[in-house]
Amino acid sequence: MRVEYVGLSEINGPLIVLDGAKDVTFEEVCEITLDNGQKRTGRVILIDGERVVIQVFEGTRGLSLENAHTRFVGRPMEIPLSKEMLGRIFSGAGRPIDSLGKLYPDERRNINGSAINPVSRKYPRSCIFTGISAIDGMSTLIRGQKLPIFSGSGMSHNEVAAQMVRQAKVQDDDSEFAIVFAAMGVKNDTAEFFRRDFEESGALQRVVMFMNLASDPIIERILTPRCALTAAEYLAFKHNMHVLVIMTDMTSYCEALREFSSSKGEIPSRKGYPGYLYSDLASLYERAGMIEGTPGSVTQVPILTMPNDDITHPIPDLTGYITEGQIVLDRSLEQKGIYPPISVLPSLSRLMKDGIGKGYTREDHPALSNQLFASYANVQEARSLASVIGEEELTDIDKKYMAFGRDFENLFVKQPPEESRSIEQTLEIGWHLLSKLPKEALDRIDAGLLKKYYIEEEENAIRG
Amino acid sequence: MDNKSLFIRGINGPVVTVSGDYSLSMLNMVYVGDERLFGEVVGVKSDHAIVQVYEDTSGLKPGEPVYDTGAPMSVKLGPGLMSNIYDGIARPLSAIEKQSGVFIARGLNISSLDPDRVFNVEIKVKNGDRLNGGDIYAETMESELILHKVLLSPQLSGTVQNVKPSGSYKVDDTIAELVSDTGTMTPLTLCQLWPIRMPRPYKTRLPMIRPLITGQRIIDTLFPVAKGGCAAVPGPFGAGKTITQHQLAKWSDADIIIYIGCGERGNEMTEVLEEFSKLLDPKSNKPMLDRTILIANTSNMPVAAREASIYTGITMAEYYRDMGYHVAILADSTSRWAEALREISGRLEEMPAEEGYPAYLPSRLAEFYERAGYMQGLNDTEGSVTIIGAISPQGGDFSEPVTQNTKRFIRTFWALDRSLAYARHFPAINWITSYTEYFSMLDSWYENSFGPDFSIYRSKIASLLQEESKLLEIVKLIGSDVLPDDQKLIVESARVIRLGFLQQNAYNDTDTYVPIEKQLKMMMVMIHLYEKSKEVIAKNIPVSRIKDTGLFDELIRIKYDIPNDNLSLLDDMKKKINEKLDELIKNNS
Repeated sequence: MRVEYVGLSEINGPLIVLDGAKDVTFEEVCEITLDNGQKRTGRVILIDGERVVIQVFEGTRGLSLENAHTRFVGRPMEIPLSKEMLGRIFSGAGRPIDSLGKLYPDERRNINGSAINPVSRKYPRSCIFTGISAIDGMSTLIRGQKLPIFSGSGMSHNEVAAQMVRQAKVQDDDSEFAIVFAAMGVKNDTAEFFRRDFEESGALQRVVMFMNLASDPIIERILTPRCALTAAEYLAFKHNMHVLVIMTDMTSYCEALREFSSSKGEIPSRKGYPGYLYSDLASLYERAGMIEGTPGSVTQVPILTMPNDDITHPIPDLTGYITEGQIVLDRSLEQKGIYPPISVLPSLSRLMKDGIGKGYTREDHPALSNQLFASYANVQEARSLASVIGEEELTDIDKKYMAFGRDFENLFVKQPPEESRSIEQTLEIGWHLLSKLPKEALDRIDAGLLKKYYIEEEENAIRG
Repeated sequence: MDNKSLFIRGINGPVVTVSGDYSLSMLNMVYVGDERLFGEVVGVKSDHAIVQVYEDTSGLKPGEPVYDTGAPMSVKLGPGLMSNIYDGIARPLSAIEKQSGVFIARGLNISSLDPDRVFNVEIKVKNGDRLNGGDIYAETMESELILHKVLLSPQLSGTVQNVKPSGSYKVDDTIAELVSDTGTMTPLTLCQLWPIRMPRPYKTRLPMIRPLITGQRIIDTLFPVAKGGCAAVPGPFGAGKTITQHQLAKWSDADIIIYIGCGERGNEMTEVLEEFSKLLDPKSNKPMLDRTILIANTSNMPVAAREASIYTGITMAEYYRDMGYHVAILADSTSRWAEALREISGRLEEMPAEEGYPAYLPSRLAEFYERAGYMQGLNDTEGSVTIIGAISPQGGDFSEPVTQNTKRFIRTFWALDRSLAYARHFPAINWITSYTEYFSMLDSWYENSFGPDFSIYRSKIASLLQEESKLLEIVKLIGSDVLPDDQKLIVESARVIRLGFLQQNAYNDTDTYVPIEKQLKMMMVMIHLYEKSKEVIAKNIPVSRIKDTGLFDELIRIKYDIPNDNLSLLDDMKKKINEKLDELIKNNS
């Protein structure tokens, strides 16, 4: 029989303090019962002798120093796991909220997980084709990668993510796939948008959803991605599934962390975020990957809205240092009516280099994407010059770049939300655009490839 | 001490307070709790000590015992370190995998050296020999590339007795005994313990006169680092810090590479591990892993071990330096280390200085970078430790405390530039903001190896690039058409240098590593084209005519087209330039 502690010594925001507690372990979970029968769950976050500080997941509303009975359950925060989770909806703390009843667990796991030994990892190499040219061609997603979408409020990141999920394909593979969706502090509409989209594409039975909506408690928000990733790891490494984890919105998560940190009275670092924001984010993002000897994989596509569209803000900044690249959405493209509004220059996939080219996609893919990047970078220079001296005054080559830039955005980047382009189609469009530039300007492509794929002027004119 | 005990009093993340019957000593290593987690004493107060724990502390509770090891945090040094991958506190990750599986468990006490591995040891001393600290008493091949010299621990000296014959031994076998002048006997094994926070002693520092040749053009030519020097690679994310570090680890001419993945990505460490066991070292044709030690504290591994990983790495480097090797340390990234300091400092409730970093950040950085150098060891061999540290400045802003403080202690600065990276110009080292202070010291080495040419052409290249950057300011405002022909030529020639020389493709077999002889010849050809074109322009022939010859574009491609082992083609190129340009002049007149 476990001891029940009656009363508290202090309440501070989401934190409660208990004195005289014995035999409590660090990060242990406790149940708090109010006099009126309400139950809350909490977790030990600091122990100093017999003084224990507990964070209460559901918040401390209605708690007083007298009306709480605290009982420690003797184990850390765990969630029940089973393959039956597919198709179910859970709260941010991992409790079923879809009125389908309790889950009969196959096992329970600590939501904090453990670090994967770098020696046991398998280096990811197989591409996931999303059917979106700007991603497949320029920043290819690799299975086992963590590739966030950097967006801003009001941009079409949800549509892009949903399209990626709908169209995601892997060549020569028929293993089971699953989607784990973690909503953190997003509005109900956003969650509903994804649910409907999964339903329409017939994927709903393969989706596990964890919902912490904007009005839900912030402490629960801190648990949400951990529950989701624990479920993802379980499905991937126990049931050998390929799991795609969508987490939105990481900005809300970080803000919850900041709120929690300041209520603990911690010393803030940049913009008030706690000094351990990097380690904390890493403990989430690093849970992507593949393991040697098991066929499953965890691929993450976190979505974050950059406050004020500022990529140097601590949240996108620290994320970019941990994740293996990023897909950046751009407001000016969005305003020009270009969907998906992917800004290719700052977008990057770090794992792409080993997953494309001969034997993976097509031999010309690395050189082609490299050249498209370089040429599009020249477009930016030409544009800034044109804004000063006017387009008519530009040199011939700069005029060609201006035209190339327009075509690139309208033909390569832009595509309808329901169109899924094969990688060959994407590469084809790429060559078609490059061939409008003179051969000498293509300095990233070696002579052999150029000869094979460059479409000579006349032919291009006919095809164009 | 026998009956005295210590126990846990409080827990706050990785920081644990310990009380008990006696006071712990500062920086001693302890085992915390029933699971015996690794910890280090970081503060001693009147009635308790503060311990930072190198493993996840969840599940600990007050009252659990704490065991004092009585010694500072140390690493076991000896044969078998090479080709291994360690965590931040020198536990071999492959042994951890054997014990705990795919996910890293806690409380594993595994020696850095495999106790069962047998080495073929050649004993270098005989009974009655006198040994001083640092002297070599045995040798063994620890990998196909590295001859491991077993050194007497620097604090010991005396006469050897009971020397065993050469043969097969394990690291902990006693191969001789050492009797000190006071008569105490110490058994000599193949290994020794060394506290990681204490620099290993040496006889004297020597001037740094040799460059670390890396095969990377912009580094070897424009911004070299000396063997024994320090360099920093700051850059925003995606600018190619890690690829630059990988390239240096692969191609630099150090004897031994120690790669510290400090708070970086797990997949990257896997990549290094996979790639280095496949890639062959150009000098020896043996796998690169045979000369590499990896230390991995990925960003989700415990933060306190991240702080220690840097010291573990440099201690190993100094150990090999004492054997007479040239060691290069690649630390990716020192910002994560500084952030670990900040995080622990916050938990200790210390007063923060700039941006929440502790006030002792600069002194810790200084201590670390000062452990680099070109030294004469206690046994009179010469060896060096070169430190190349990546910095991940917040928001890519170089004015933040880690970059600024690091700049005071390093002398080569390779500034990575976001806009170059966006244009996929790699390595994205900005040639205007980067610098090296070593060139004057290395001048004589370049002169002895290549004659005066190297310095001459280097400064020609540098000044062309400088002039170009000035001209580009004008071009940005009014377009390039208005420039006079001689200035157009500068812009055009600088473009050749930027694309054909500074830009280097890490994924191209020819271009990934370029011998310094080819670098020199490439510079000479490019400058030759510039100077020869100048003569042409002096005859009032427009630059566009020279451009039409295709020479500029051809030169941009010589990095791919001319193999590294057939440099005479570069001389042919020079002839071709002469012929074509002479023809232009002839046709014009």
